[in-house]
Amino acid sequence: MNVPAAWYLVLAALLFGVGAFGVLTRRSALIMFMCIELMLNAVNLTFVTFSRTLGDIGGQASVFFVMVVAAAEVTVGLGIVVAVFRRRNSTSVDELSELKG
Amino acid sequence: MIAATYSIPAILVFATSALLILGGAIGVISVANPVHAAICLITTLFGVAVAFIAQQADFLAAVQIIVYAGAIVVLFLFVIMFLGVDQKFHVSAEPLVGQRAFAVAGVVVTVGGLITLMASSHWVSGATSVSGSPLDTGNGNVKQLGTAVFTTYLYAFEVTSALLIIAVVGAVLLARRERASTNEEVDA
Repeated sequence: MNVPAAWYLVLAALLFGVGAFGVLTRRSALIMFMCIELMLNAVNLTFVTFSRTLGDIGGQASVFFVMVVAAAEVTVGLGIVVAVFRRRNSTSVDELSELKG
Repeated sequence: MIAATYSIPAILVFATSALLILGGAIGVISVANPVHAAICLITTLFGVAVAFIAQQADFLAAVQIIVYAGAIVVLFLFVIMFLGVDQKFHVSAEPLVGQRAFAVAGVVVTVGGLITLMASSHWVSGATSVSGSPLDTGNGNVKQLGTAVFTTYLYAFEVTSALLIIAVVGAVLLARRERASTNEEVDA
């Protein structure tokens, strides 16, 4: 018999927490994007776990769409990082403080 | 006692995926070099793929490896190399006072709340879903997932195609150099 769903859910919660901590503390925009990927993967793992427990394919279809949105997000996000790097010569988010009052 | 309740292979697969996922995730947030962080990200994505296979999501596991570990991480590595930012960042630098402590507190509260919610809820005791098509527990679910995506979720699928076009055009616009204006300046 497979392990209970709660094990995978707790694992996904821990992965989400690690990703959130990275987004909150790291300065490099590239690392922050990687941490957002970690959080998205945690949610995907939760979707698949509930899909198995509830016996519904909708969870896996949701993961499919999350992957598409993640790919689009990474494409645009890295484009922004490249554009900012051209102007500032840095990927640190601390450099982007023009809107500070 | 646990081994008596659940089969040993299932526990081993879960332990492997948990080790890959958490080890890679902690690597992503702790290493200084972005290239090493990308390699750690691959480890995490592979662990998630193992967890997918263990839960009868075979197609998603393949997509996870091909699209995430194959395409997205390569895109990350390409940008890292392209910008030449593969030097070390100061992991310990903390310009905002108390930022790390607040981050730890927020994450602990969030994850603790999630785990408490999951531990105190009885997710699996309810009836299976009646809205979607029931999940095959056989070998592979590609056909079932394809049917769901192209019938139930057809409109969402079409919208994702528009989203991808917009993302590609946006990336090209963002990453392009302003050649036209510089040429005009040179000509004038």
